[in-house]
Amino acid sequence: MWEYTDKVQQHFLHPQNVGEIENPSGIGDVGSLACGDALKLTLKIEDNVIVDAKFKTFGCASAIASSSALTLMVIGMTVDEAEKITNDDIADYLGGLPKEKMHCSVMGREALEAAIADYRGVILPMAEGEVVCECFGVTDLDVIRAIKESDLRSVEEITNFTKAGGGCGKCEDKLRDLLQTTISGIPIVPVTAEGPKRLTTLQKIKKIEEVLEREIKPALKKDGGDIELVDVDGDFVMVSLRGACTSCAKSQTTLKEYVEKKLRELVLDTLIVEEAK
Amino acid sequence: MMNCDADKVIYMDNNATTRVAPEVVDAMMPFLTECYGNPSSMHNFGGQVGSAVQKARGQVAELIGAEPTEITFTSCGTESDSTAILSALQAFPEKRHIITTRVEHPAIKHLCENLDRLTGHKHRVTRLQVESDGTLDLASYEEALAEDTAIVSVMWANNETGVIFPVEKMATMAKERGILFHTDAVQAVGKIPINLKDLDIDFLSISGHKLHAAKGVGVLYVKRGTPFVPFLAGGHQEGGRRGGTENVASIVGLGKACELAGKMMEEENTRVRALRDRLEEGLLATVPKSMLNGHKTDRLPNTTNISFEFVEGEAILLHMNMYNICASSGSACTSGSLEPSHVLRAMGVPFTAAHGSIRYSLSVYNTEAEVDFVLEKMPPIIAELRELSPFWEAE
Repeated sequence: MWEYTDKVQQHFLHPQNVGEIENPSGIGDVGSLACGDALKLTLKIEDNVIVDAKFKTFGCASAIASSSALTLMVIGMTVDEAEKITNDDIADYLGGLPKEKMHCSVMGREALEAAIADYRGVILPMAEGEVVCECFGVTDLDVIRAIKESDLRSVEEITNFTKAGGGCGKCEDKLRDLLQTTISGIPIVPVTAEGPKRLTTLQKIKKIEEVLEREIKPALKKDGGDIELVDVDGDFVMVSLRGACTSCAKSQTTLKEYVEKKLRELVLDTLIVEEAK
Repeated sequence: MMNCDADKVIYMDNNATTRVAPEVVDAMMPFLTECYGNPSSMHNFGGQVGSAVQKARGQVAELIGAEPTEITFTSCGTESDSTAILSALQAFPEKRHIITTRVEHPAIKHLCENLDRLTGHKHRVTRLQVESDGTLDLASYEEALAEDTAIVSVMWANNETGVIFPVEKMATMAKERGILFHTDAVQAVGKIPINLKDLDIDFLSISGHKLHAAKGVGVLYVKRGTPFVPFLAGGHQEGGRRGGTENVASIVGLGKACELAGKMMEEENTRVRALRDRLEEGLLATVPKSMLNGHKTDRLPNTTNISFEFVEGEAILLHMNMYNICASSGSACTSGSLEPSHVLRAMGVPFTAAHGSIRYSLSVYNTEAEVDFVLEKMPPIIAELRELSPFWEAE
């Protein structure tokens, strides 16, 4: 069970300013169902002062508490003052959050920024970054900013604050590079150590297709068969057998003993070949 | 002294762990106090402790239709799982293929992910897909069985959904091809009848704390004649199968728990099942946009996994906690992970539901009044959280 402060529990169980402002001056809509948390913040701004704030949150206790706290923090502030609120300010207001839950406070800050940007009619600079974590849609600018603002020193900390790297984990090398360059200014050095070979999904698909065309298809065609690539999901390579291979009693042996072995040898030694049904 | 107020709690998280039965505590006590001899000692003071361990071995064997010599005591289900799989891989070093499923407990899931690091060999793992109701497709399994398959490891019943897999039939299919078969039966033992006598199962894992014994004790069943390589090398304990002085009190307690489980099996499959059904039907009827995860009937009698769409599991659990109702969630936030249950994702449960899944797992200690209380409290909890949800309004 997470160790939540009394203030987090209080805001979670009795959240303040729940709802949506009609005809708001600015809307901040961040997160998604797939990500597991989302926040819609609406602000009413008069003479550059936030006179009302309401929220709707899908998420855990920290996400709800962070949203509730945020609304109380910003009401009465000028837009310029609110703009300076950081995720650490939100977490501090709540008496702290578990380190794994810091991304909830980041979501609060992001919603606030989005609402202010909406009020001002400008595009958030963060939205123009390059997506480094596809699972949670986190950009390099988001990561660099989190590293600088919260003095992050490891990939694990980046994940706690931004969620980047918390899904499939394929972006870990990119995050490590961003960490290195951000904290030291040292240029990115490609990883050449004898660690496991890493390929992006696109690189993987291209290589698989190349090996299928060059090595595997010609061999199968000699026996009247053929093979098509259907999908690549992580290390799982879904293929469809064609021609004589479809009715061959040894098709599974072909897949595992020939196709998989060949792809492991020539593309990546962790690939698992399965027949798409 | 810590006061857990167990009597005030409505405990519906029995797939996580169970209350230690009072009869089990009574059986354990002498071995935590005056009967402290080493079961391997030559003197009578230790010898009588050794006899108690042997009695427990017989009680465990009786529950699952095994021979006492086929029972090896371990520290937990995870150790039993690791022992079975690593033993098979060492027994057949030329075989590099393992078949398992995409919905296994982390004890198997992570072991398979780390095999190359653990064994130094390049192993190939086939993870069988499940259907949307959590059941396995036997045709895919048959296709996966290969000449170099060293072992099949398939859980008997899933810990999150309770869905029961056809392990008896799968074991026979493996045996016909000379492949060893292991089943993680941690959730099944004590809840459904198991008789290994005429089955082709080579290894079976049990965890004590899932059936009202203490934490820190487990069992690995090894069918007589199965090639075996110990996981823990050491003394001659457990017939040389597992080094280390036995956790006597917990073993004796586990023996008693198995004896009790045999007697309670009927109640588990009648009264507990009826309570579970009453809870499940009540929740599905009174909470809109709720859905059952898992097969309707091929399931453990005590388990139901229900998703409440557009709300998040941890938030639900913490509201339930206010009423002292204990359950579990497959939501990411409860585990420290950032992605929801791999079991629900493998079943194709949509994100709208996967994040808001709650597993209720009952036991013989639950009552009708408790179920009624939960049925009364859950609808307003979900309604309150949905008022907060931006997605609920969109509906």
